[in-house]
Amino acid sequence: MTQTAREIQFREALREAMSEEMRRDDRVFLMGEEVAQYNGAYKVSQGMLDEFGPKRIIDSPISENGFAGLAVGAAMYGLRPIIEFMSWSFSLVAADQILNNVPKMLYMSGGQWGCPVVFRGNDGAGGQLGSTHSWCVEGLYSNVPGVKIAIPSNPYDAKGLLKTAIRDDDPVFFLESERMLGDKGHVPAEEYTVPFGEAALRRQGDACTLVSFGRPVNFCLEAADELRKTGIEVDVLDMRTIRPLDIESIIRSVRKTGRVVVVDQCWPFASVASEVITQVCERGFDYLDHQPLRVNTEDVPTPYAKNLEYAYLPNKEKIVAAVRRTLA
Amino acid sequence: MPVRTAFAAQIEHLQILDEHGKLDERLAQGTLTDEQVVFAYERMIDYRKLDEIAFTLQRSGRMYTYPQNKGQEAAALGSGLAMRKGVDFLVPCYRENAALFLHGLPPECIFLHWMGDERGNAIPSGVNVTPIAIPIGTQMLHAVGLAWAYKLRKEDRCVITYFGDGATSEGDFHEAMNFATTFNVPCVFFCQNNQWAISVPREQQTASETVAQKAIAYGARGIQVDGNDLFAVYKATTEARDRARAGGGITLIEAITYRLGDHTTADDARRYRDTAEVESWAAKDPMIRTRKYLESKGLWDEQKQAAAEEHGKAFAQDIVRKSEGIAKPEVREMFDHLYAEIPDELRRQRDTLRTHSLGLYPEQSGLAVSGRRGS
Repeated sequence: MTQTAREIQFREALREAMSEEMRRDDRVFLMGEEVAQYNGAYKVSQGMLDEFGPKRIIDSPISENGFAGLAVGAAMYGLRPIIEFMSWSFSLVAADQILNNVPKMLYMSGGQWGCPVVFRGNDGAGGQLGSTHSWCVEGLYSNVPGVKIAIPSNPYDAKGLLKTAIRDDDPVFFLESERMLGDKGHVPAEEYTVPFGEAALRRQGDACTLVSFGRPVNFCLEAADELRKTGIEVDVLDMRTIRPLDIESIIRSVRKTGRVVVVDQCWPFASVASEVITQVCERGFDYLDHQPLRVNTEDVPTPYAKNLEYAYLPNKEKIVAAVRRTLA
Repeated sequence: MPVRTAFAAQIEHLQILDEHGKLDERLAQGTLTDEQVVFAYERMIDYRKLDEIAFTLQRSGRMYTYPQNKGQEAAALGSGLAMRKGVDFLVPCYRENAALFLHGLPPECIFLHWMGDERGNAIPSGVNVTPIAIPIGTQMLHAVGLAWAYKLRKEDRCVITYFGDGATSEGDFHEAMNFATTFNVPCVFFCQNNQWAISVPREQQTASETVAQKAIAYGARGIQVDGNDLFAVYKATTEARDRARAGGGITLIEAITYRLGDHTTADDARRYRDTAEVESWAAKDPMIRTRKYLESKGLWDEQKQAAAEEHGKAFAQDIVRKSEGIAKPEVREMFDHLYAEIPDELRRQRDTLRTHSLGLYPEQSGLAVSGRRGS
């Protein structure tokens, strides 16, 4: 019982998930920019070239549209590609492949050609990377049917969700954050997976429901701790996947609290927050004692200057203010 | 049926000033004047100093990141000199500072950018340079669009776009070359083949013998030049510019050079490059051969070198002073320039600094409001 819990970094959890699945299934390979010789631009694939060799850990030319398309063909041939985008921002040049081909292959081929590819990489503001390198793609891509979207907030989920993603028969967009890669957390050495579509309740309380996913879950936890000091206890739901979305857990919580604040690191217009609130209104309108609120980024490109970037993102102060507003 | 040759092509490699500073007089005819070479060498000294000070600033936490230009000055200066200042347009990536400065971009703009402030991308009016492009390759299509506009307006101007060897793997390169040749726009494609795309060597980027030969498939002319040779770069770019202006077609120039520094200050190239390789290229540094040439012509000596280095040091320090003297942006500025006229919704956000739902209640704001200075 007193045994020290094994703690590893977020990036190590990702690496373990990929390595374990590659040992388990020889159809799995990793391709991307700088993943092999350089050990990954963010060192996620450190040492993997040594273990699996250059046929399974593959440095690609700078050609996102090219290697995204290659993955489609490889998956058609029965392989299980993991495609690393150095940043999801760079996936925009591969839009025709990942949005117009990948999610539709099975549908258009009458169920013949599935596309079990995992596309993974850094999503969101990485810390002064400027507007072209700070894309949060979940708002944009979650609009597209045919993909699954996983977005972990901690190392445990990162490993468990990625293993599930690699085993999944559908394409999965796996969204990480450069700002969390160094985060440490408990990850058991034993085999486990985290299922898609099951939210985790991170804090419990009756006052309000905080709904989030990915990095801002951590801001919600900070806000919950802050609110607790003044006697306000809130539910914090970590969605873990956006598609599928565990709306049932949200409604169950809202039924108890009567209030909901959705925290989302995407732009507000047509965001995942918009979708969550729409569904709450559609399914749980009568439980609400206050209109749902959302904390998104400001509706501008991600600013480059440090102080502006902080002001632009969701943060503890904004979340606390939103919760207090629902209680006013 | 007899087999015939449907198409044949060859790629020329141009070198005028070799690495020992020896000039091919015949090929050099009609290229650079003595004054221009002295001017270019002095700028090399200035900009190398600036490059070095940027690196130091980053290491001491005063600059966010910086991609060194070290070793690629001749490619930037030779091509920059070939384009007409205030007439032609430069569409860069991020490793040709010298060309941009030559065309009037204040160096403090570049410094401000890499210090983490995109106001550095605000190009002063009258300077024909687009902001540096970091997504790799996207700018080539912008250049073609710009050149297309010139053609439509029947303006006698030319565009040059810069990119690295890595960028030729992007679809944008293919699309840009294809559009440029099909529309026959006045555009020059200038590839700085510095052998490395972060850690991926040129051989792993493409199976082509040369980058220049890629031009052939698009119906463009391809030429390879010694990119550390000011004369060869100038001559090839001048010819490409004149050809493009005359409607004679597109030229893809492959300038063979070497990234003597790291990819950026976030990189450490020692982990993937051989010391012997770096040393062999250091001997081909454009500054060494240009100086040797000038000395052999009696145009340069120790005294001039000392004076030029003093000038370079002062120049670099002045740029640091200017760029560090600029006040931080106001928080409210992040809402600027998104639309020609700010929409009401955005104005409300700016004034309350709240996201949409919270912004409905600005009077209950517990947060910082506009106009306050960021930390």
